[in-house]
Amino acid sequence: MSIEKMTAPELLGLNRFNVDEEKPHIILNKAICFQCKEKPCLVVCPATLYTLDKAGEICFDYAGCLECGTCRVMCRNKGIVHWSYPRGTFGISFRHG
Amino acid sequence: MSEAEKFDAIIIGAGPAGASCAYTLAKAGKEVLLIERADAPGSKNMTGGRLYTYALEMVDRGLSAEAALERKVTHEQIMLLSGDRAISIDYHEPSFNATGRAPQSYTVLRAGFDQWFAGKAEEMGAMVVCGVKVDDLIEKDGRITGVIAGEDQMLADVVIAADGVNSFIAQKAGLIKDISAHSVGVGVKEVIELPSKVIEERFHLREDEGCALMILGCTERIHGGGFLYTNRESVSLGMVVNPEEAAKHGKSVHAILQDLKMHPAVLPLIEGGETIEYGAHLVCEEGYRGIPQKLYGEGLLVIGEAAGFVINTGYSIRGIDLAVLSGLAAAKAITDETDPAKLGAAYMKELNHIKLLPSMQSVDGYKDLLDIPRLYADYPNLAADIFGQLYTVNGQVPLSMKKIIESLIRKNGLSIWQLFKDGLRGAKSI
Repeated sequence: MSIEKMTAPELLGLNRFNVDEEKPHIILNKAICFQCKEKPCLVVCPATLYTLDKAGEICFDYAGCLECGTCRVMCRNKGIVHWSYPRGTFGISFRHG
Repeated sequence: MSEAEKFDAIIIGAGPAGASCAYTLAKAGKEVLLIERADAPGSKNMTGGRLYTYALEMVDRGLSAEAALERKVTHEQIMLLSGDRAISIDYHEPSFNATGRAPQSYTVLRAGFDQWFAGKAEEMGAMVVCGVKVDDLIEKDGRITGVIAGEDQMLADVVIAADGVNSFIAQKAGLIKDISAHSVGVGVKEVIELPSKVIEERFHLREDEGCALMILGCTERIHGGGFLYTNRESVSLGMVVNPEEAAKHGKSVHAILQDLKMHPAVLPLIEGGETIEYGAHLVCEEGYRGIPQKLYGEGLLVIGEAAGFVINTGYSIRGIDLAVLSGLAAAKAITDETDPAKLGAAYMKELNHIKLLPSMQSVDGYKDLLDIPRLYADYPNLAADIFGQLYTVNGQVPLSMKKIIESLIRKNGLSIWQLFKDGLRGAKSI
């Protein structure tokens, strides 16, 4: 193996996740996000889970969340209407940490 | 709803703070419940990182010798990066690993360490329950009397919030306000697997010995820095940046770390390795001044990173040792103070007695030093320029050192006056 730049999805693919399919732990109100000019989430989420689609609307998938909480503290206009840790046993499981 | 059980103490979060508290309380014969939302202790947690062993030794003598730790840190390094250039400082202190006493610090990976520590608490008699997330606190007549997890209620004389930097529990109790973006850094890290022999050769280490490297000038002028810790068979390479400045800058936090990985001074250290995990975590950056006004309420104590116990001096970062100490302080207060109304005050007294708060207060000024924006690019650039001139031999008549430095200060958009002011500010801060 040689060291190369890796995309966030490639890096997340190395991690162990137990995704809670029933209950998302982060919920957005995309109408609020659409109005938000700064959108810091696009930059600060280490997993780059926040992206924009062609229409300029926020796309978000909580499945690869590292549960750091950065999006929550940076969310300016409260487009993140719900942020909690996933239910017990769900979410990221670091094997090294 | 299940029948409520009653414990002497319920601890929320099986990190180092929670485990230290549970271990000490169980050892003193208390009925303790340690609740963890992950399926195993440690699997939600990550660190740079390192652990200073004195804290474990305070919990129990000899504890650090059996702990699940990585390498004994004997090399302390600082690297300044500027473009593709680098200045490195390596301080080697063999006595940090002298025979007959605990090494000063170890590198650590949290999945293994936290599981070990919670296991020790369990051996002492604490009940450890994993895979359970505490949703809320039970309050009765202004006093916290237990916790709610799903449909279960559990009661206790005292509840201890050890649920980390995003402490929702302390917020629910109204003890602390939500953390603000300017008071935290976002840390990201790759664990890169390498054979132990390769690590020892590259970092000039003896077997079991390790290195802790802090990197300045790798964050696109954003307040923050990189780090590299050598584990037994991997290195932890990462960085911490201020999320507000990162958002203004516009380059993704993930991309900044990928650039650091490929830096000509960093790449040879990890070349041939394989990334096996990617993690992220918020870090309290405010130090002593960021500690919440009140770390206790009726029936509730706040410990570890939930209480903001982190020290960052730039050259070393401490969090796990302070977490362990705070767990110990809470346990001592609970054991020694029989009057529930005086428990909070007893905890604060223990935090002082155990030297946690005085240590944080003593280095509080570093925050002012680290707030100098020029530290993160201008000064590393200036230092690299000066070294570049010193080591350039091309047959031209060399300029005097004074002239070189004056011209390089100007080239970097700085002034002697600015340098003088920052120097004074730095000297005052520390």
